[in-house]
Amino acid sequence: MIRINCPYCGERDHSEFSYGGDATINYPSLDASEKEWTEAIFFRKNIKGFQFETWHHSNGCRMWLVVERSTVTHEIKSVKPCHPDLQKVVENNK
Amino acid sequence: MKTKRIDNYGKINRDKILSFRWDKKNYKGFEGDTLASALLANNIGIVGRSFKYHRPRGIFSSGVEESGALVTIGSKDRRDPNVRATTQELYNGLEASGQNAFPNVNFDLAGINNYLGRFLAAGFYYKTFMGIPPLEWGKGTAIWMFFEKFIRKAAGMGSASGLPDPDTYEHAHDFCDLIVVGSGPSGVAAAIEAAEKKLDVILVEQDSLIGGNQLAENDFDNSQIKNQLENLGIKIMTRTTAFGLYDNCVVGLLERVTDHISASNVNIPRQRFWTIRAKHIIVGAGAIERHIAFNNNDIPGVMTVNASKHYLNRYGVLTGKRIVIATNNDSVYETAHQLSEAGANVTVLDSRTNFEIETNKSFEIRKGYVPYNINGSKKIDSLDISKSETINKSETINCDQVLLSGGWSPAVHLLSHRGVKPKWDYNNACFLPSDTKENITMVGSSRGLWNKNDCIASGIAGTTDALNRLGISKTNYFFPKPGGWKNPIQPLYEVKYKKSRSKSFVDYQHDVTTDDVRLAHREGFISVEHLKRYTTLGMANDQGKMGNIIGLSLMAELLNKEIPEVGTTVFRPPYTPVSIGALSGRNVGKHFRPLRVTPMHQWNIDHGAKMIEVGLYQRPWYYPKENETLSDSYIREASTVRKTVGICDVTSLGKIAIQGPDSTEFLNRIYSNGFSKLQVGKARYGIMLRDDGIVMDDGTSWRLAENEYFMTTSTGEAAKVMSWLEELLQTRWTDLNVNVTSVSEQWAGVSVAGPKSREVLNNCVDDSLVITNNNLPFMGVTSTFLKGNIPCRIARISFSGELAFEVYVKSDFANTMMDLLWENAKKYDGCLYGLEALGALRVEKGHVTAAELDGRVTIDDAGLSKMASTKKSYIGSAMRKRGVLKNNDREILVGFFPTNLKETFNAGTIVCEKNNIKGQGIGRITSVTYSPELGHWIGLGFVKGGLDKWKDTNLVGADPVRNKQMNLKVVSPHMIDPKGERMYA
Repeated sequence: MIRINCPYCGERDHSEFSYGGDATINYPSLDASEKEWTEAIFFRKNIKGFQFETWHHSNGCRMWLVVERSTVTHEIKSVKPCHPDLQKVVENNK
Repeated sequence: MKTKRIDNYGKINRDKILSFRWDKKNYKGFEGDTLASALLANNIGIVGRSFKYHRPRGIFSSGVEESGALVTIGSKDRRDPNVRATTQELYNGLEASGQNAFPNVNFDLAGINNYLGRFLAAGFYYKTFMGIPPLEWGKGTAIWMFFEKFIRKAAGMGSASGLPDPDTYEHAHDFCDLIVVGSGPSGVAAAIEAAEKKLDVILVEQDSLIGGNQLAENDFDNSQIKNQLENLGIKIMTRTTAFGLYDNCVVGLLERVTDHISASNVNIPRQRFWTIRAKHIIVGAGAIERHIAFNNNDIPGVMTVNASKHYLNRYGVLTGKRIVIATNNDSVYETAHQLSEAGANVTVLDSRTNFEIETNKSFEIRKGYVPYNINGSKKIDSLDISKSETINKSETINCDQVLLSGGWSPAVHLLSHRGVKPKWDYNNACFLPSDTKENITMVGSSRGLWNKNDCIASGIAGTTDALNRLGISKTNYFFPKPGGWKNPIQPLYEVKYKKSRSKSFVDYQHDVTTDDVRLAHREGFISVEHLKRYTTLGMANDQGKMGNIIGLSLMAELLNKEIPEVGTTVFRPPYTPVSIGALSGRNVGKHFRPLRVTPMHQWNIDHGAKMIEVGLYQRPWYYPKENETLSDSYIREASTVRKTVGICDVTSLGKIAIQGPDSTEFLNRIYSNGFSKLQVGKARYGIMLRDDGIVMDDGTSWRLAENEYFMTTSTGEAAKVMSWLEELLQTRWTDLNVNVTSVSEQWAGVSVAGPKSREVLNNCVDDSLVITNNNLPFMGVTSTFLKGNIPCRIARISFSGELAFEVYVKSDFANTMMDLLWENAKKYDGCLYGLEALGALRVEKGHVTAAELDGRVTIDDAGLSKMASTKKSYIGSAMRKRGVLKNNDREILVGFFPTNLKETFNAGTIVCEKNNIKGQGIGRITSVTYSPELGHWIGLGFVKGGLDKWKDTNLVGADPVRNKQMNLKVVSPHMIDPKGERMYA
């Protein structure tokens, strides 16, 4: 079982969270072309090793998190809020 | 074999006699016995029949590795098959029976299979019944499908009761700094060291007693150790197996709470499934003694050497009178000595020629000899032995027991669960655990240490390793070197027998012989994983704890390779079987999943509702009067709504409060239709698309104030939509100032629908002026009060197509609201209506729900093109016209009528062209209902090209599942009041 250290709630079982997806995608603007959206939605890397991914603490504080996790060992290097303002709050409270 | 209880031996409580039944006969044992030791004490040698050949099988071991003595415990709904007699503690009244035999294990009719053995080699059934290529295509497979159930019945183990399990099981959780698996010398040393260093320690032991293999020693007393552990505050969990290691130092445990006692107390769970979250794991799981493959090495009376030591010193049972021990290592000599002291005549065959061992000469040692063939069938008569260099029969020894020790395999299973491959150690002829970066340390004989002092030292070193890794200390430590015997082991896995039709078993439990391994090799199944699957070696519930290494060595020999080059299969959890009951815990029956009810749940039931599950929700399905059936009822309810008025609980819809200065902009981006011009006091139906342009959900959003909206979603998608909105706001549009809050539980909602709905509401609201057609036009929203000063929100929204209102109050007022509305609806001959009538009304109108919006449908497919704004960009706007979504043969929403209006059809019917009824056809019917308004059955669904293409064509509805077929015609999905005149009334 993966244990994720939620910056708000502390370390919790992964069953409290829902997996989001690749956290490094820059979604195009809404008026961007079909081609740009296709690139963003359908062409994804299948990373072996550490990747940044989003997790939603859906059975907890409801925060969306960026988790740096190894797809090989499930080791987690870092967890922080997706929202930059929340990131700042967490940093300041450290 | 003559086994008997002897005086002055064992740690059983001879003052406490227990009665038990074996194969319908009464026997006696003592407290502290296992079923296996009690059977042996009663001189019962044959306890089962083998898996395939139905050969008589006895007790091979004294622990979890047992691959012979699998028995059925209990009766009726408490019948538990395939229980290892060696780990089942005896209790008063225990009822057990042998398996896989008819009429019984001593005389089994299917024993004939033993003589048909040459036809039953690995892969036999598949080859015979599935045919040889190319015949396997078609006919052969069908034959296999036919015969499979008979074959499975013939080759098998105990059978489950087939009845609901009367016992309860629990899930439990705990945390600790260090969990130690195994209470042998190394585990105990590790636990004590850690507790003294102030770590919070859990010590897990699968046995009922702590001590590990020391329990087989004649002078071992664990009471002092137990006291010491307890005084240090260590949590000791006996009868508890660590069955698996998982990510982040999570350990799965199975605690057998009542399996060792007779009376079942309903207040105590039978087993507990523990999830332990530790910071470090120390595994001192011990090692398992291997047998040796040679002809007839499965005759009852064959056992591992260590097992006989256990039976002697722990249970006071001498397992033979004339015992031959066959070995290749030093570990057997203490046992040989003790067995002869206890009165047995012992001979040791040691395959090695050059070695020194100190003995008191109470038994004979035959250096350079190996066992070769056992004579006997239900018991051992004699053993043929041979010089180990040249395998040729040289003499025969009369004996009643053969004890085997082909070396020891460290229990590396738990580490293997973490994907850590063990490495082969040539000196000790076994796999040793490799190092891992995870916080797991192997200690004791599970890292290949064979003597007690080394094990204790390794336990202390293991804890130091843990403290270092946890950053608590920085102390140097070292582990003792693997091994510890005076003389090196000499590998011995198989003694070959040159006569044909020999059966020398590698895996007792699945009847895998050395010839099966050779056959697999001949047929090309040389990878370990293929070998395993072809012969089923190591796939029984002992998971090859004794036989795997022998199988590997045989394959290595055939391939002219070394064992490490052949590899080993990966061990996966569980280490020993875990019952399904323990996995499900309390999540059974009504507790299988959470139940959601609306605040007027009881009110609905009190007013005659029959309920139905929608997702997790219980919703009113229909409200039958007297003898009404479901269809009588919903047809009446739907007609009443169209004629006068009906009331329906719609609380299960998702409800989200959207607040903040950018709320309008936010809605404008997530909905496909425009929201920027929605006035305060108005609601709008909206459709959300996914990024890829497919419809995600539909619902309404009500503008309550300049910067405040109340959104409803469909019941099924509520949670998903909520997460989606949060994702957008927290990850993509972080500059938007919007707050979303789920208020689904806070508001109770009801739909009041029908031509008389306004009149009903007039009597229920404080001020009837607020709901006049002028003040509350179609899609109007108002915040007002119901009589009794109950604050409420009312929107003029219609799902039924009639004049209708949705009324929401705070959940606590739900019953009051229902009483008030119902009292007034009755005055107009109104009704309460459920989901079935709601469905009928919306199908008549062509309104889509989850049945239509199934994640494959675009806005255009759903016939809602006008809901897609061309004046703005929104989520999915770029993608909704991509590639295949543009094709003009996409399936488009239509309505269906049966050509013969007297006919019915079902949802799931496949729509086909008249002379082309096959495959997926040209469309499908997603929802059907009887239409009270039209007086016949109608359906909603999709057809390629839509209404325009098929308007005047007769189509066929094929329903192969229900073996039905009917003629259909395609109509507009808006089957009644297409202009919506009623809604605007």
